[in-house]
Amino acid sequence: MTNNYTFSRRRFLGGLAAAGAAGAVATTPFSQAFAKNVTVGFIYVGPRGDFGYNQAHAEGAAAVKKIPGIKVVEEEKVPETIAVQKTMESMINLDGATLLFPTSFGYYNPHILKMAKKYPNVTFMHSGGLWSDKHPKNAHSYFGYIDEAQYLSGIVAGYATKTKKLGFVAAKPIPQVLRNINAFTLGARLVNPGIETQVIFTGEWSMPLKEAEATNSLADQGADVVTCHVDGPKVVMETAAKRAMFLCGYHASQAPLDPQKYLTGAEWDWPATYTKIINDYMAGKPIDNLIRGGLKEAIVKSSAYGPAVTAEARKHADAVKAKFLTGNVALYKGPLKDNKGKIVIPVGTSLEQTNIELEKMNYLVEGVIGSVSS
Amino acid sequence: MADPALGWIGVPLAVFAGAIRVSTPFLFVSMGECITERSGRVNLGLEGNLVMGAMMGYGVSFITGNPWIGVLAAGFSGAILGTLHAFACGLPRVNHIAVGIAIMLLGTGIAFYLGQPFVQPKAPNLQSIDLGWWTDIPQLKAALQINILFIIGVILAPVLVWGLNNTRWGMIVRMVGDSADAARSMGYSVNFVRLMATTFGGFLAGIGGSFLSLYYPGSWNEGLSSGQGLMAVALVIFARWDPIKCLWASLLFGGAGALGPALQSVGIQSGYYLFFAAPYILTLCIMIFTLSGKRKMKDAPGELNIG
Amino acid sequence: MHHIKSAVDALRIPLLAIIVSMVFFGIFMMIAGVDPFEVYYLMYRGAFGTWFSWQNSFLRAAPLILTALCTALPAQMGMVVIGGEGALVLGGLIGTMAGLYAPPTIPIVTQIAMVLGGMLGGALLIGFAGYLRYYRGVNETISTLLLTYIAIAVFNHIVEGPMRDPASLNKPSTLPLPDNVLIGSIPGMDVHWGLVFGIVFCAFAYLLVFHTTWGFAARVTGGNVKAAKMVGLKVGPLTVIVFAIGGAAAGLAGMIEVAAVHTQANASIAVGYGFTGILVAFLARHNPLAIIPVAILLGGIGASGGLLQRRLELPDASVLVLQGIIFLVLLTFETLHGRTNIFHVRKA
Repeated sequence: MTNNYTFSRRRFLGGLAAAGAAGAVATTPFSQAFAKNVTVGFIYVGPRGDFGYNQAHAEGAAAVKKIPGIKVVEEEKVPETIAVQKTMESMINLDGATLLFPTSFGYYNPHILKMAKKYPNVTFMHSGGLWSDKHPKNAHSYFGYIDEAQYLSGIVAGYATKTKKLGFVAAKPIPQVLRNINAFTLGARLVNPGIETQVIFTGEWSMPLKEAEATNSLADQGADVVTCHVDGPKVVMETAAKRAMFLCGYHASQAPLDPQKYLTGAEWDWPATYTKIINDYMAGKPIDNLIRGGLKEAIVKSSAYGPAVTAEARKHADAVKAKFLTGNVALYKGPLKDNKGKIVIPVGTSLEQTNIELEKMNYLVEGVIGSVSS
Repeated sequence: MADPALGWIGVPLAVFAGAIRVSTPFLFVSMGECITERSGRVNLGLEGNLVMGAMMGYGVSFITGNPWIGVLAAGFSGAILGTLHAFACGLPRVNHIAVGIAIMLLGTGIAFYLGQPFVQPKAPNLQSIDLGWWTDIPQLKAALQINILFIIGVILAPVLVWGLNNTRWGMIVRMVGDSADAARSMGYSVNFVRLMATTFGGFLAGIGGSFLSLYYPGSWNEGLSSGQGLMAVALVIFARWDPIKCLWASLLFGGAGALGPALQSVGIQSGYYLFFAAPYILTLCIMIFTLSGKRKMKDAPGELNIG
Repeated sequence: MHHIKSAVDALRIPLLAIIVSMVFFGIFMMIAGVDPFEVYYLMYRGAFGTWFSWQNSFLRAAPLILTALCTALPAQMGMVVIGGEGALVLGGLIGTMAGLYAPPTIPIVTQIAMVLGGMLGGALLIGFAGYLRYYRGVNETISTLLLTYIAIAVFNHIVEGPMRDPASLNKPSTLPLPDNVLIGSIPGMDVHWGLVFGIVFCAFAYLLVFHTTWGFAARVTGGNVKAAKMVGLKVGPLTVIVFAIGGAAAGLAGMIEVAAVHTQANASIAVGYGFTGILVAFLARHNPLAIIPVAILLGGIGASGGLLQRRLELPDASVLVLQGIIFLVLLTFETLHGRTNIFHVRKA
């Protein structure tokens, strides 16, 4: 299984290089592979302007709109029910879309799978990384290892914290969220092994009042740097800034909200990623079924450092980032204990980012105050 | 910048701070609904007023740069929705509960529609008064950052009580609410009085909404309200239509809302969904145990048809 | 015949209201800078323009037909219940439990157990509200609202906790139902059988309300509680039972959502079908037969919302605004009812 991933990554990178080498999008000869407009559909589970998850995807869609020969149709606030199946069918039948980006995690099973079987000539790109060999070939998954960027955020946070306590406002204790919490903590503990992260789960992907309450609770308990994994980080960031905490952003850069307190952030780079995918598609190249990558593949990135980040912190974080960019960095290596004292990764084992064991993560590492059970 | 951890004391402190923070929208909406219900009508549409007020407050504050103008605009938009509600209910044979739900949909829909451009930008927020200047403990200091609207609300409650009981207007409102026939025989237009009461209630509800977007959580997006407007209507009933009891009830709700995250932060992790449902369970229990079957709700305004 | 006429009459006013609402909505669109006729055309196209659109509308209507009964049935007794969403969620939960934990037998038996489970979940919640209403004097609008929030919290807690499927890591859900108990599609249509369940339940409800003495008793109580008691009607048990049946309908909708669409219970079943059902009930003036076309209409409006978003770049909130306008206009048109009856049907 591991080989497949590395192989597809290499091919993906190869395609990347080719697209890059072909120069500016407008002049690439490959786009003439399609004589008429290609319609691409984007589906969002929430509002496009949420300063977070959906907005990041919408920014990717905006980049795609600029590619000549591409027409983009978007629909927002489509719930993860049969409605999204109908939206996809509507886009295919009424708008003539041949490439779809349903961007919410919960769309894949059963909705995308059903539609992919029904429309074998349409390409479905799902943000979530769930594709497996048993699934139709016209369904594709992509995901970014944003935990790498959270690791860097953690390092920066480690330098910034004076109370040695960090705060994390999280939606639900699912593996993707747990990876972020753990990466953040591991990064901070690289700087100082005594640092702890307190996590509060709100139970919902978007609930401003609970997020504000959670942030206040974290401040009450002494956290002075905060990050989050919710759909719209704006409320968490603003509330934390009012409590004089430092901020590490997520999904997109929330620096404009409080430039002085914003340290750095873990962001998606959908415009770059989507542009590459579209170019490959227009050129008629086969697209990999499983596209995954992190900092190196430029699917995720770190926000620019804010003014409060010390030179020492920058040096350390940049050094680690350089390691990510040049090779495989195993964030999760043994011996690793969870916060109940159990060894979850034994001595000598090192799990690289693409390892599917990490997809099943159900623990919080030592140093995290919180629990995964609801 | 460092806040030393509080441990267990953090929980009652968080509940106290939450009570003040979270209660203000409840306070304004319930006081407004109090007056409306005293005049004999139920306005379930206040949820729409709340959301509309939040959007208007935020948008106008952003455009004008002054949050207080935003607050006024929010109140104004709430008043319009209240008038709409009263107008529709004033027509014969119109079910006022249903109108409320319609206004809720309309208000929320228009607010979301017009509010699209305001999700991103940052509007000037309302200031708070620092009542915690005497303490060095950061958490206590933060808890005692009280917003002016809250203080206005606290002052408004006894003022409303006094107004209802001691002024001519108050008496007319109560009369219309207790017996429309009696009011008519005295020459008062029942519909007009209710129109005024509902408009006023809508105005207050709009202000309550502006608190959400201009102070806490302090930004506008579509998920801002989680049913607070509807909850406030429930609140009025178990506060027995007394504005001062509305104040206490609002504080109770605010505190209950803060309980969930506060408990998580001291390590009580399991069942957080259930803790978040605490305010609703609380209201239901209180309603069940303070009302009993055959006894009609004595304090209810006679015309209200709610008992 | 009398009640068929009443049903037709029940439709005439809403139809007029909808036309007027569309005019208002068109004005709203014009102010927003959008061509209203393009809007009307796209709405028609998205809702009823092609066979695909029709199926889309039917599909969205299916749960609404059932959740509307949760409001429409108690309304016959003069009560306003808004707990359809909570009943749906609980019904989905208990129906799923029946499907997963019932002793293995032939599929049809398990499916029957699921149907009963779904109905039970909803009936318990709303029936409880009925009990509170009669025996404790608690206003049913408020109590069903509160119970909805509580039910959703309990559902989330159980689905993400004790009943969670360990393999459903990133989208917490229960274990998936076995394939042989899932609900399939009506042959020839891309719509699941839930639509038929809904229509059947509505027909049954109609017969119950208008053609049994028992339904008559309910309606009498709706007209005048004191009079009902004076003639010896047992208002208490009647209230609880009517509420419970309404809840059962919404609960069934929840079970169908799981068994026909998602195959496992998770938070995606709580997306507002219960709340939209309230709207459907009022628009249909609580007549179970009228609920069916109204639900299809609202399903159509929802279906066309996607097209509006994509072609005209209108936000999703436009559909909410339209629903609010329709509802408000319809309610004010209630006043016309007494004066423009073409069949001169008297209210019973």
